[in-house]
Amino acid sequence: MNIILSNSSGIPIFEQIEKAIKEAIFSNELREEDMLPSVRSLANELKISFLTVKRAYDGLEQAGFIKTIQGKGSFVAPKNLDLIKEEKLKEIQGYIEKIYDISKISNISEEEIKELFKMIFEEEI
Amino acid sequence: MDNNIELQNVSKKYKDFELENISFNVPKGCIVGLIGENGAGKTTTIKSILNITRAEGTVKIFGKDSKENEKEIKEEIGVVLDDSFLSEYLTAKQVSSIMKDFYKNWDENKYINLLKEFNLPKDKLIKDFSSGMKMKLKIATAISHNPKLLILDEPTSGLDPVVRNEILDIFRKYIEEDETRSILLSTHITTDLEHISDYIVFIEKGKIVFNLPTDELLENYGIIKCSKDDFTKLDEKDYIAYKKGKYQYEVLTSDKNVIRNKYNITIIDKPSIEDIMLFYIKGEK
Repeated sequence: MNIILSNSSGIPIFEQIEKAIKEAIFSNELREEDMLPSVRSLANELKISFLTVKRAYDGLEQAGFIKTIQGKGSFVAPKNLDLIKEEKLKEIQGYIEKIYDISKISNISEEEIKELFKMIFEEEI
Repeated sequence: MDNNIELQNVSKKYKDFELENISFNVPKGCIVGLIGENGAGKTTTIKSILNITRAEGTVKIFGKDSKENEKEIKEEIGVVLDDSFLSEYLTAKQVSSIMKDFYKNWDENKYINLLKEFNLPKDKLIKDFSSGMKMKLKIATAISHNPKLLILDEPTSGLDPVVRNEILDIFRKYIEEDETRSILLSTHITTDLEHISDYIVFIEKGKIVFNLPTDELLENYGIIKCSKDDFTKLDEKDYIAYKKGKYQYEVLTSDKNVIRNKYNITIIDKPSIEDIMLFYIKGEK
């Protein structure tokens, strides 16, 4: 698993860790029941505070991607396809919002955007 | 008990300096950095914890009163102070035979292995060691009785970046070996803390200015760079301190998201711990 952190990206470090672990889960690099590194060992490895890693793990646990068993460690939770879909939809929504912003500024109509979408989807086939 | 050290209202009055109501905790499994200018009270705080300086207030170590249980507690602590060490006319090997008498739990094998790991010669006189080697020897000596708590005063000052990094790795390993351990270290090299500490306690003129998780300082704090006009629009409660320049204002905020949402300000830089410290000490309020 790769966890590549940037100090200058403006994205909080704990979010970058969450994202890297989610990506590893999506790509099946981390599978159900796989054990994650302990909070302290990951913190030491990434040379960051233990609390930052804990925050990332807490976030992943709340979102249902991992589960933590007291005294044993954190494990990848059974894959929830709905969860993954929801996550990806959120990502797509972000892009669409950007498209919306650009189209508003440059006076491009909804129809024209829809036409573009159609073209791209049809190209696929 | 979740804290290895608890300080409550620790105060000490000297003729020209006063430590005032210092209270903070060192939680289990955490590395806490004590920062401040020279003479701010870092060493006095550490010496009060160790009962070398008799101070008012209570210090609990491992949940026990540090004055009443001093002997028992000291068996479980490793200490590195600036001015403490055995004779320079000893070899690293001879140090071990002396320490054996000090600590019930002295682990000679561990010590010899640490010397090897840190590349320290066993039979050379300490006086011929470089300052980096001396510090590594002090740390090896401090952790070879497997203490639950490590307290260090300025362990990285005066050392080059490579040795400093080696020392930080030693601390990381020490904590990872047993996650109920803690480290309290004082330093004025704040960049070291960005990569190792979980909490930072900032002392200035004998008082605590803040005690915060390192990631909160690095993620939530921001330095706004703006024009005088933009500065005058800022609500006083939204910033901590500012520096007035000829061409720009620099303003420290503890929550850059508030600034982003509330004002039309585009440049908010990520501060270093040193930047934050300088704003508190030198900035206008």
